[in-house]
Amino acid sequence: MALELRAISKRVGQITHVKETSLILEPGRFNVLLGETGSGKTSLIKLMAGLDRVASGTILMDGQDVTGVSPQKRNISLVHQFFVNYPHMTVFDNIASPLRVAGLAKSEIQGRVEAAADVLQLRPMLHRRPHELSGGQQQRTALARAIAKESTAVFLDEPLANLDYKLREELRDQLPELFAGRGAVVVYATSEPAEALMLGGRTALMQDGRVTQFGPTAEIYRRPNTLISARVFSDPPINSAPVTKTGDRVELGHGVGWQVTGAAAGLGDGAYTVAIRPNYISPVRSEASHVPMTGTVQITELSGSESTAHFRMGAETWVSLAPGVHPYRVGEDRVFYMDPAHCFYFAPDGALAA
Amino acid sequence: MKKRAIIPILYIVFLMLPIYWLVAMSFKTTQEILGGFSLFPRVWTLASYKTIFTDPTWYWGYINSIIYVTMNTVISVTVALPAAYAFSRYRFLGDKQLFFWLLTNRMAPAAVFALPFFQLYSAIGLFDTHIAVALAHCLFNIPLAVWILEGFMRGVPKELDETAFVDGYSFPRFFVQVFLPTIKAGVGVAAFFCFMFSWVELLLAKTLTAVYAKPIAATMTRTASSAGYELGLLAAAGTLTIIPGAIVIWFVRNYIAKGFALGRV
Repeated sequence: MALELRAISKRVGQITHVKETSLILEPGRFNVLLGETGSGKTSLIKLMAGLDRVASGTILMDGQDVTGVSPQKRNISLVHQFFVNYPHMTVFDNIASPLRVAGLAKSEIQGRVEAAADVLQLRPMLHRRPHELSGGQQQRTALARAIAKESTAVFLDEPLANLDYKLREELRDQLPELFAGRGAVVVYATSEPAEALMLGGRTALMQDGRVTQFGPTAEIYRRPNTLISARVFSDPPINSAPVTKTGDRVELGHGVGWQVTGAAAGLGDGAYTVAIRPNYISPVRSEASHVPMTGTVQITELSGSESTAHFRMGAETWVSLAPGVHPYRVGEDRVFYMDPAHCFYFAPDGALAA
Repeated sequence: MKKRAIIPILYIVFLMLPIYWLVAMSFKTTQEILGGFSLFPRVWTLASYKTIFTDPTWYWGYINSIIYVTMNTVISVTVALPAAYAFSRYRFLGDKQLFFWLLTNRMAPAAVFALPFFQLYSAIGLFDTHIAVALAHCLFNIPLAVWILEGFMRGVPKELDETAFVDGYSFPRFFVQVFLPTIKAGVGVAAFFCFMFSWVELLLAKTLTAVYAKPIAATMTRTASSAGYELGLLAAAGTLTIIPGAIVIWFVRNYIAKGFALGRV
């Protein structure tokens, strides 16, 4: 039971919305589509759901070609970013509607709706209409409809994006267990890297209608295959700058350089792009190996337990994200310490070198 | 009384005066109407109403009008629903131009179409039938209904359609069981305006009928008969003509407010 995409693409007129994409999405864990707004996540979901026609390629469900099959016959569910329910039906009828369309027996429908409503704490609201519910309850109704249907594939298109912070966390914690053990392929689109990391499973990084990397979430977070993947999967944005490697030393310019160790030591001499996540640049030196960088503080953000500083070194802006409260003054020159052990080195063509 | 209430009160009196005059006249005798000025009927009489409800040439006018107005409303809304759906959901070559062209049909005076319709319907044997008037009125009612319904449909997110298709609804089933209930206010408003415009239209209705499908408005404009002026009778007919419109407005009054909010009424 898997959803397989073989070189599917989508074009509207001259514009390519989804470039040739091949993926095998398996049931049992979350398949996260991570990318910025406009990166093609929704387009890809619409193709997988059969709501849009592919320009090329084939889609297989459970080994069967469903490329030309209408969404009605695919046994799938879809939850949108906006809370979409049938406004004239009660919550009960909303959850029951796909089952009624499928022609299930009354008792069966009753049981499934009640089970789904219990899981999503909708029991007391079953006789209300969607517009009488809060946003969180409306979205839970949409999720309940997806669960009660017991479909083979469930597409969640940024289902939490329009919820307020508290509800979002609550529902996010609940989501994986909601679909656990149901045997459905779950595809979850999001624009937040943190969400992808929390939901685990596998992640496909998307940029400009292309999947740049697909694999177990933690693995691709640790080893992005290209500079683009590294950028997509980093929030705040990953730092990057051109460097030159000569022998076992790397020079960044502005008098910043360090000794390379580990895999990077084996690289040939030449030009590379170095990338490092903001959380490996700190205003405090914790180890002797950390490389000092002096920059002018431009923007600072303090979020309770973390301090963010944007500082300028030459023409480049760097971001540091450090635990604890660090009093920065805008305009001051300050030394930050970068951990070279967590640097990614990318070849000039953007591929990961080490 | 507050000063600022005066202007609206004057305005309402100004609006209501002709209607009051009409109703008052309908209870007077023709002699009294012609005899001089009186605010209230000196002698109350229901004779005019009695004539209308007993004389087939009068009451058939109402029946004819109701028949073709109902036919027109049903045809207009039924035809406009799929058209409005297409305009609200799909982009196709010339969609905006087509939409605008539909609206321009409302701008032409009915007199322009009276002659071609008369000639055409006479030639194919539709002259003096209810369907002739109902079809002629579609000329301006379908564009209006498309315009109103498109506004309501545009307010329904496309994601609703997608959710329904994914949930297994076939298109016809989705349209009837999900989409129509969602835009029922729009259907109500569109039906109301079709009803109203068809009910008040006189020129085409009069031109395309002679005896069997003659509408009440045409009967009413016959100001003099062999018995001379029958002003009381005409006033009573006028009063009765207002009533169906008032009833329909009562049913759709809440929907109309919604239509205004969408900027489509």
